[in-house]
Amino acid sequence: MLDTAERFAHIEATDVACSHCGLVVPPGYVEPGAERQFCCIGCRTVWSILHEHGLERYYQLPDRSEQPVRSTGRRYDDFDHPAFRSLYVSESPEGVARVELYLEGVHCGSCVWLVERVPLVVPGVLRAELNIRRSLATIEWTPATTSLSSIARALDSLGYPAHPFRGMAREQHRRREDRGMLVRIGVAGALSMNVMLASLALYSGWLDGMEAQYERFFRWTALSLTLPALVWPGRLFFISAWAALRTRTLHMDLPIAVALVAGFTRGVMNTVTDTGPVYFDGVAMLVFLLLCGRYLQLRGQRAATDSAELLFSLAPTTARVVGPDGEVRETPAEGLVPGDVIDVWAGDTLPADGIVESGVSSLNVAMLTGESRPVTTRPGDAVYGGTLNVESAIRVRVTQAGEESRLAKIVAQVEEGARRRAPMVLLADRLSGWFTAIVLVLAAVVAAAWWHVDQSTAIDNAIALLVVTCPCALALATPLAVTASIGRAAQRGILIKGGDALERLSKPSTLILDKTGTLTEGSHSLVAFEGPDWVKPLVLALEAESSHPLAHAFREGLGLTVLPRVEESRHVMGAGIEGRVAGRDVVVGKPSFVLTTIGADRTTIRADRAITDNADERKTADQATAFGGTRTPEASALSSARGLTEVLIAVDRTVVGRALFGDAIRSDAAAAVATLKRAGWQVGIASGDAQSVVDDVARAVGIASGRAIGDATPEGKLAIVQQLAAEEPVVMVGDGVNDAAAIAAASVGIAVRGGAEASLAAADVSLTRPGLTPLVELIMGARRTMGVIRLGIILSLAYNLVGVALAMFGLINPLFAAVMMPASSLTVIIVAWRRRTFAEGAP
Amino acid sequence: MSVIFLVLPLALLIVAAAVAAFVWAARRGQYDDLDTPAIRAVQDD
Repeated sequence: MLDTAERFAHIEATDVACSHCGLVVPPGYVEPGAERQFCCIGCRTVWSILHEHGLERYYQLPDRSEQPVRSTGRRYDDFDHPAFRSLYVSESPEGVARVELYLEGVHCGSCVWLVERVPLVVPGVLRAELNIRRSLATIEWTPATTSLSSIARALDSLGYPAHPFRGMAREQHRRREDRGMLVRIGVAGALSMNVMLASLALYSGWLDGMEAQYERFFRWTALSLTLPALVWPGRLFFISAWAALRTRTLHMDLPIAVALVAGFTRGVMNTVTDTGPVYFDGVAMLVFLLLCGRYLQLRGQRAATDSAELLFSLAPTTARVVGPDGEVRETPAEGLVPGDVIDVWAGDTLPADGIVESGVSSLNVAMLTGESRPVTTRPGDAVYGGTLNVESAIRVRVTQAGEESRLAKIVAQVEEGARRRAPMVLLADRLSGWFTAIVLVLAAVVAAAWWHVDQSTAIDNAIALLVVTCPCALALATPLAVTASIGRAAQRGILIKGGDALERLSKPSTLILDKTGTLTEGSHSLVAFEGPDWVKPLVLALEAESSHPLAHAFREGLGLTVLPRVEESRHVMGAGIEGRVAGRDVVVGKPSFVLTTIGADRTTIRADRAITDNADERKTADQATAFGGTRTPEASALSSARGLTEVLIAVDRTVVGRALFGDAIRSDAAAAVATLKRAGWQVGIASGDAQSVVDDVARAVGIASGRAIGDATPEGKLAIVQQLAAEEPVVMVGDGVNDAAAIAAASVGIAVRGGAEASLAAADVSLTRPGLTPLVELIMGARRTMGVIRLGIILSLAYNLVGVALAMFGLINPLFAAVMMPASSLTVIIVAWRRRTFAEGAP
Repeated sequence: MSVIFLVLPLALLIVAAAVAAFVWAARRGQYDDLDTPAIRAVQDD
């Protein structure tokens, strides 16, 4: 194997920065003498749009992140289709249309600035508003002036490919629910604070003496404020308790409801008779604090259930159907049926599964299978929806569309995975059922026992017990600690969707890593170039014009700016390029293509394959053949060719060099794996790549070969995760659509940066910083968070136990109960906010 | 001290006004997105 220094010896970077994104401009793109330099067409387009419309201020925004623009160049004709409009667009009587679009590529505050300036770029757009957390843009425009497709094209050229948001119905419901909950909390908060003030007056009067008329006045004030708090925000608990009674289950809301009713009734009785404590402050405060805890929990669960909708929004919406008359029409993808013939252009995502009828191209199937190398497709090959056509147009006969397609089935599995999480919630409910039963029994025992001693205080003591055991602090402890941790983690670039993920990450179990894009960089880079230096400019000159991913890697890998003139060139799809550069015949491409072009003897190659009798070697050779490659004498000299894509270079009919492209392992991968193993985690790999490649990576990062599984389809990964999950919690870390189902099925799914949006949507946690270091940080932070939760629960239980003991012996008085309940909640709040769970430099 | 009979209802009226304002704001969706407006405010020219 080549050592690293040798590998990168020939790779130099240019020092020209892109005028838009600030990243290094690849050599083939540098324009000598030009004032502005751009790394890609996307960046050039955005730069000119910004300047045309006087939006240069974009470049002064403080939090602009450096990312090259990724526009797709789609036409978005389907966005104007009547079917599309009836599905996603709402129109007001005044002639203003409104749509919600899910935008890809939204990552920072500057995106908000840019997207919301679309009205300046496209006349006729009235308003554009972006919700950065959910990447949802609300667009309002006048259909008379402009079309939605031109708006979508503008967004696309700015680097935000748009998709219709397909979860509108649920979104409306969710917004109503969220707003309702906020209103309840606001009302309950205002009422309970004022009841508290009235009660404070009563307590001080109780200590220092107060005239009867004022005492009565404060009692009635407190009563009149508590009643609305119970019937409006507090109604929630009665509804839920009633539902629990009807289904004969024990629910935490049951003792809450009993306590609220009992406390309030007793308070009313005492108010009417002008004797004894009133409990109103406790009752109102209970409603407020419990609602707060519930709201925090609701928001946590929300984020976790959004996933399937966003994934669904990503599926292509349009297809170019070839009619019987040969005419091509753009129609919504929903309308495709098996047997349709569709055109798929370069840069398009396939809308359905099918068989290639004509055209040769290479597809990026990493989304579906995790295979990092572009796969060549020829007529007769099966292709799948969701994969990206990289090279040239193909014509495909649809075999499966819509619900039947492979992508749709994976989406369905993601939804299934999200639903499957329910048992955890059920368990929590059952535990609180026990709590409920114990509290109710205790209250009854107290009432009965005191009945024999002193009838006048029996009911008061039982109510005191119910109020004091009410799990305010208990209900607050977990959501508060989780919310605090999630907030801190977000500042560190770790986005956590639900508290249950933190809980399951705190105990070591099995962790499965995807290879492509997770352990490795996920893109092709030049790892080795063999051959004399004078060859490089010739190769680069040819490759400078190609859009093939390997050509891009060539440009990045060979840092040259001065290139010889290309006299003629010919691109052969899925094979390579031949041409005449500076008076010499140059052929660059797959070994088979290069050898055929220069007329080399094929028997030498067959002889070479016979001598590689090592099983792994043979497999790689077969693998290479499957992708159209053939091994050469030069190649067999280096066993490092495993998992690498080989490109031969011939000049004047002689092979003079070769280049190896591969997916480099992330620099922090080995250290991260070692740390995780030390913390007790069982680390494994599941990848769609060939077993031999996976074994190599496993060895490099220190994972036992028995735990490295290759050749895994998306369905295979799902099966691995499901099998493991049946026995113990399993954590899946991945980046592609091919991991989405496994990520959703895992106990905890984690998506790494740069991954497909689908896996981000399916994951419980997404890491926005590159590398595996954030993963280690997440797992360590989760462990600390659980410590904080446990501390909070212990503290609140201690308060409750003391309260129960005091109430049972009749030692509790209203003043003490009123002080004790908020004090326990306050302790828990302070503990949750003060602890550093995720912080800079935390171990 | 009897001024409390007047002042307390008055104070409660003010509370009622504040609650009404909050309910109005929440129902109009002003609390729907708490992240983006913060960014918008910093960037607006």
